[in-house]
Amino acid sequence: MEKTSFPENDFRAPVPVVGAGQTNTSLTDKLTSIVFTKHTPLQWFAFMGVGFILVMVLLLALTNLLLKGIGIWGNNIPVGWAFDIINFVWWIGIGHAGTLISAILLLFRQDWRMSISRSAEAMTIFAVICAAMFPIFHTGRPWLAIYWLLPYPNTMALWPNFRSPLIWDVFAVSTYATVSIVFWFTGLIPDLATFRDRATAPWQKKIYGMLALGWRGSAKHWYRYENASLLLAGLSAPLVLSVHTVVSFDFAVAVLPGWHATIFPPYFVAGAVYAGFAMVLTLLIPLRKMYGLENIITMHHIENMAKVMLVTGMIVVYGYACEAFFGWYSGNTYERFMLINRTWSGPMAWSYWMLLLCNFIVPQLMWSKKFRRHLGVVFLVCMFVNVGMWLERFVIIVTSLHRDFIPSSWQMYYPTRWDFMTFFGTIGLFLTLMFLFVRVMPMIAIFEVKTLLPGANPKPTAPSEGGSH
Amino acid sequence: MSHGPATPERYGLLAEFESAQTLLDAAHEVRKAGYTKTDAFSPAPIHGLAEALGFEEHIIPKVVLTGGLMGLIGGYGLEYWTSVIAMPQNIGGRPYHAWVAFIPPAYETTILLAALSCFGSLIFLCGLPRPYHPVFNAPRFSMATSDRFFLLVKAKDPKFSLDGTKSFLSGLKAREVVSIDE
Repeated sequence: MEKTSFPENDFRAPVPVVGAGQTNTSLTDKLTSIVFTKHTPLQWFAFMGVGFILVMVLLLALTNLLLKGIGIWGNNIPVGWAFDIINFVWWIGIGHAGTLISAILLLFRQDWRMSISRSAEAMTIFAVICAAMFPIFHTGRPWLAIYWLLPYPNTMALWPNFRSPLIWDVFAVSTYATVSIVFWFTGLIPDLATFRDRATAPWQKKIYGMLALGWRGSAKHWYRYENASLLLAGLSAPLVLSVHTVVSFDFAVAVLPGWHATIFPPYFVAGAVYAGFAMVLTLLIPLRKMYGLENIITMHHIENMAKVMLVTGMIVVYGYACEAFFGWYSGNTYERFMLINRTWSGPMAWSYWMLLLCNFIVPQLMWSKKFRRHLGVVFLVCMFVNVGMWLERFVIIVTSLHRDFIPSSWQMYYPTRWDFMTFFGTIGLFLTLMFLFVRVMPMIAIFEVKTLLPGANPKPTAPSEGGSH
Repeated sequence: MSHGPATPERYGLLAEFESAQTLLDAAHEVRKAGYTKTDAFSPAPIHGLAEALGFEEHIIPKVVLTGGLMGLIGGYGLEYWTSVIAMPQNIGGRPYHAWVAFIPPAYETTILLAALSCFGSLIFLCGLPRPYHPVFNAPRFSMATSDRFFLLVKAKDPKFSLDGTKSFLSGLKAREVVSIDE
């Protein structure tokens, strides 16, 4: 495993994941000091402040929603789904990068993932929380949504309809949320033990001690732990692929032109990874600067993520090309009309071209190694992708719905201020959760990064003994 | 096994090492010397360390497989029972037993129960949560989660003797060997 014959700068060659000169001691000191410090960076308060204000906006928007009903939102027949599902799909997609980094890259033995996996997993969970806001509050009366969504024996003897993609979605997303939290917490246990042992205040020792479950780094525990981590990764990988597939079924199973396409599942999954990596970079570029983590989240990480973004972005563009091609090739009047309306003659054609600018043209900058290693350019491209992926869902959902089969039922869609307040409110919720996490939890998988240090993988010197390995 | 410990309250001897390599070498030596009631502690997983101490276990994968199968059968069973037996409804002319449509939720419940049983079996087999453990009594043990490596020989090991084991461990490039109490 150690010795490789890959050329310099080959993507398969082992990346120097941590900067030179790091030791177990220096890593522990550096990564625990982020939390056990009396000097929280000023920028932290700035981000937190923005997040907190937006959470207040979210609370206001949701309170008004519960008082008045979903009539305060702009969606109405024929656009029965708009911001609520756009934002849901956008957030769920963002979450996918965390699972991809920690599960799929683990299975592919991509060691560079270790520096970024923890924060990406946290991002997954917070993105899923933000995503969940929309379907839950879209029901208007969330307290009734329990029996609409979940199968449990109730006095009305009602059960959900398992033949509907919407109930598949409930199962996929709730499983995804649960498994992500389990995976994340499993990863946290050894680092929480490090925090317990490094904490000085008794209350800190108590809290981290309880969360660490009494972990003591026993070799037998590590053996089981590695076993379980690998299995959880193996379970998360097909799960993450299924989640956005099921989300895409919400559309693909319908007969609406613009939705009814077999390309949707792979195209949605690629889009999710694309959006997710863009969001990971959006968060990590400021965070690594704020906490001086340049030795742990190196330019190699940034570059690798930029490459993943480029590849998945091209898959997404292939999806757009397929949609357009089949709209024409089907020979179906409605499909062809959908295509022309979406790209040219419709009132929302601007959104399609904006989408191509954000998701297709701007990310082409990532072909250049110079730009991939330029933080400002990468950050800017990520912002374009964040916007582009939102526009993609807007194009798919709103422009397909607003003009379907019968011209007499065509109608424009305009979001209201409550739509925007809810959307920006969830961005605030995301920021708040993310920055609280960074403040109190190990945002880098300390023990995993330690396994990458020289000398962390000793060679057995007594091979004659023991029959196992 | 039946041999009683030298002092009833003594839990064992804990040797401290400065690197993963010295710990792994020492683990091999301890096993070679015939000790069986041993354990090692490190800040990060070390491949081959548990095996060097003679530990092998294949329980978690079996539990996960069982959990996954239960999730599959349970999920599909729930769908079948609710849609065919408890509340059959004609929706869009689809069959009551629409097995194709039943695949996605059953797939998710399979993964859900497999993952939960994975986590559950890990916690259960490791005996966590366990806030108190005798090794925490060692003054420098808090470094086991940061940068030091420890090897434990329990007092209930049949080969254990306070002086003999102590000098044996000291000879294995241990930085320090301390006795810890129950």
